[in-house]
Amino acid sequence: MNLFFHILDPMFRWPLLTGVIFAALLPVLGMYLRLRQEWLAALAFAQVAAAGSLGGAIVGVPPQVGALACTCTAAAFKGWLAKTGNNGYALLMITGWAAAILMLANVPIAEHLGHALFDGQLYFTGVTHLAFGAAFLLVVAAVLPWLSRKLLLERMFPDFFRASGLSAWKFHLIFDLLVAAGLALATASIGVMGAFGLVFVPSMIAYRIGPNWRGALWVATGISLLAYVAAFALAFAVDQPFGPVLVLVLAALAAFGYLAQLMPRWRAPASL
Amino acid sequence: MHHDGCLLNVEELSAGYARPVVGPISFSVDRGDVIGVRGPNGSGKSTLLNALAGGAHIFSGVVHRRPGVRISHQQQAALQLDNVPLSGRELLALTGADARDLPDWMAPLVRKRLDRLSGGQLQFMQVWACLRAPVDIVLLDEPTNNVDPQGVRHLQLQIVAMRPTHALLVISHDRAFLDGISTRSIDLGS
Repeated sequence: MNLFFHILDPMFRWPLLTGVIFAALLPVLGMYLRLRQEWLAALAFAQVAAAGSLGGAIVGVPPQVGALACTCTAAAFKGWLAKTGNNGYALLMITGWAAAILMLANVPIAEHLGHALFDGQLYFTGVTHLAFGAAFLLVVAAVLPWLSRKLLLERMFPDFFRASGLSAWKFHLIFDLLVAAGLALATASIGVMGAFGLVFVPSMIAYRIGPNWRGALWVATGISLLAYVAAFALAFAVDQPFGPVLVLVLAALAAFGYLAQLMPRWRAPASL
Repeated sequence: MHHDGCLLNVEELSAGYARPVVGPISFSVDRGDVIGVRGPNGSGKSTLLNALAGGAHIFSGVVHRRPGVRISHQQQAALQLDNVPLSGRELLALTGADARDLPDWMAPLVRKRLDRLSGGQLQFMQVWACLRAPVDIVLLDEPTNNVDPQGVRHLQLQIVAMRPTHALLVISHDRAFLDGISTRSIDLGS
């Protein structure tokens, strides 16, 4: 009970709400990244976002702005190259990581923020993070329902898509920018690996056990929110950095999901 | 050859990928046509359909498509599902295909995930998604692969029923199926 009241303290209320927004949105983006077999994009954009946040702090702009500028530039560049697949993302990932570590090592002002980004210190987030998260929620709610059918159609019937006169690169670019923005804002709030974990793990489980696409979106979101709330309370109770605790909770859920799939009676029914 | 009523007019088309595989070939497609595309393996039947759908390189010649004409293309390769949790109903909704016309024995399967269907059921669903999409021209590449006789018969009836309002180009090694639906043929020879 004591823990519950502490979590609802104004000091922790904003971080809790900020995380809820990203815990609801990131697995949905993960579902579409996995559809395009580009889940590595999440880690790539998270690393670029970390570098952008640190770069922003060094030149005196808010970390969210620095992260957004860097990830959206990276997404646009990849779109201009007109290539899908994980090669481009792998290059972005290692470049982002190297830039972030060099800034951490050489610029004292980046050190505090760097620890928050890599440890995932959600509790340091404030109203600004929440405002950016809420704005992103509105953008996703407006864009993704329109984009969803196009992404699915292009994946399942690429020729049908082309023959209908639809241009795939435009939709890829819009989706890449959406993912880049989401990862930039989420990384600035819940850290690199926490953001990547919320993209990667819930969608992985949902692909296994979801009864259909819509159902799998709900499964992924539900798992993500469950993991997030559990990790928030656990990290608070045992006084540990939030990011690693979240990743461990997600890993435990992934293991549980895998074991559940081995049991025939827990498998998604053949006909619903 | 080209007249006002035609949906598609192909003139001296030569198409392929790294090099030309098919052509030069000329023909037109009108509403009411069900054109059987015949020829031995390697004669470029699938490449021809890919070229009409914009998926193969056109080396020479032109494809005139009447403005606003919509095309669906069922490729010979089975859908690459890779564990994507998509149901049959959701697949049909992607192309705008009507699930209500499905045969009785397929209707219950629309709720199942595609990766839980048999090869023949999946093929039928894939063909249906293209065949019943709201388009003017349907391109079918080996639609009867893995489909049982009951399914083949249903496809045949469906295509014949669609003839007055659509145009279809169909590749099939099932000669009886092709003879049963075609109004004319394009022979790509050897």
